Amino acid sequence: MESNGGGASPIRREIETLKEERARIEQRISFLEAQLQEEASLAPQQQQNDGVCNGFCPSETSTVDANLAHGLSADSIYRYSRHLLLPSFGVKAQSNLLKSSILVVGAGGLGSPALLYLAACGVGRLGIVDHDVVELNNMHRQVIHTEAYIGQPKVKSAAAACRSINSTIQIVEHKQALRTSNALEILSQYDIVVDATDNAPSRYMISDCCVVLGKPLVSGAALGLEGQLTVYNYKGGPCYRCLFPTPPPTTACQRCSDSGVLGVVPGIIGCLQALEAIKIASDIGEPLSGRMLLFDALSARIRIVKIRGRSLQCEVCGENTTFNQQQFKELDYEKFTQSPLSTSPPKLKLLAPDSRITSKEYKERIISGEPHVLVDVRPELHYKIVSMPNSLNIPLASLVTRLPEISSALKEQEKEGTRSGANLYVICRRGNDSQRAVDYLRNKGFDLAKDIVGGLESWANDVDPNFPMY
Amino acid sequence: MHLTLEFGGGLELLCESVKIHNVNVDLPKGADKLSMRDLLAWVRTNLIKERPEMFMKGESVRPGVLVLVNDCDWELSGQLDTTLEEKDLVVFISTLHGG
Repeated sequence: MESNGGGASPIRREIETLKEERARIEQRISFLEAQLQEEASLAPQQQQNDGVCNGFCPSETSTVDANLAHGLSADSIYRYSRHLLLPSFGVKAQSNLLKSSILVVGAGGLGSPALLYLAACGVGRLGIVDHDVVELNNMHRQVIHTEAYIGQPKVKSAAAACRSINSTIQIVEHKQALRTSNALEILSQYDIVVDATDNAPSRYMISDCCVVLGKPLVSGAALGLEGQLTVYNYKGGPCYRCLFPTPPPTTACQRCSDSGVLGVVPGIIGCLQALEAIKIASDIGEPLSGRMLLFDALSARIRIVKIRGRSLQCEVCGENTTFNQQQFKELDYEKFTQSPLSTSPPKLKLLAPDSRITSKEYKERIISGEPHVLVDVRPELHYKIVSMPNSLNIPLASLVTRLPEISSALKEQEKEGTRSGANLYVICRRGNDSQRAVDYLRNKGFDLAKDIVGGLESWANDVDPNFPMY
Repeated sequence: MHLTLEFGGGLELLCESVKIHNVNVDLPKGADKLSMRDLLAWVRTNLIKERPEMFMKGESVRPGVLVLVNDCDWELSGQLDTTLEEKDLVVFISTLHGG
């Protein structure tokens, strides 16, 4: 057995998980006991209601004397009383909500707050789609998850959180990646779809699927310090493709994992998505269809703009379209958008094996005292977070103009070393930009340039587990 | 003609990270009005400092960019043929995908 570290942390994690589970079970027992007592006192002559009622019970299982034509149970009346008191919401809207079903695709930065509010407000059936697991670097924005769930499926974590807020609604877990092969089957089970995903192909796929199934789509997006929100395919309004018939170039699709995102920004957009979904489900107000909300956190500006209506020429929802479920199933969305459905970063293979070394090999070269120069081509902002000792930061974007710096660093090394010709190694975060840099450097006569396969990520994984990753 | 131009959704990175530009655009020679077509050419020459292909494709904006003239989608006002007026607000915004 290991004396410390290693084996202890999974055990501690499991204890934490089990404790959480126990707390939830105890909470559920006390809730059910209270419900039982309440029902017994309200309707002593009636049989105990054994089915799931979603707070919307047939009137015969409600109280005998009270005039409850809306069918809300006593417990529901109390739970949702602040909704019922709202003149513009009231009993009718709450009943509608309790009878509705909403699917949230993605339990990340947008999905977290959206799910919490949708569960709390009493949506009858709430579905969650996600195939990812909870990671430490999610916690700053994906507020539905707790540390105890790190390493576990997001769907499981999100469902547990929703159940602990509202045990009277039905929560459905779809622990899978949404693909054309399963999207029709999953989406068709719900009245409203909330797009809380993080990539372009998913957005096209979900919108197209909503069009062929005739479902309204509440679409939100956030990146950096900005957010966007609109409702597609609602009562004759535009779909995603009416607005964006041609996918953007891949280089224009930034990811939160590369560009960063202030946690509260998707939180705000996710809350607004919940609001729009609630409005549609309960049939109140004017949903944000044919309009788009643009949120700029830095300048504290929210702009709501008028967007085009349904396009008659739209390939999916237009006048002469033949787009149907079969075509949807056969469409390759990754090919269409030229980008992957998952957010896992691309793995470039640009260089020949003899132009590359692994992080372990690099470690050996450091130990052997080999004279060399290590160039880190990440942006300065990344370099400031963490860097290798004795590395030279020349961001890829400025490499062209800073080649003399590399030449003089190499000369310095050659003076110190006994052999002639110091080696040149290039590193970046994951090993893509370093390949582009080495390719360029070799073309410029730096024949010894090699990149470190997998970048700092592989250094942290294979050589130095204490090296901070981001 | 005095216009306010705003860039968002990452497009501001193409013009030195400045989001709001108060500009004075001259009418094209011999023309008596300024169209969005003229303005795009002017923006490309005068404001876009890097990677113009991230802003434009052909004579229009690249796919994934929404253009709003006075908070209204330019599809509703004639796209490239939209005629601009003094003090108009034109917003260029790149669609976001993150979440």
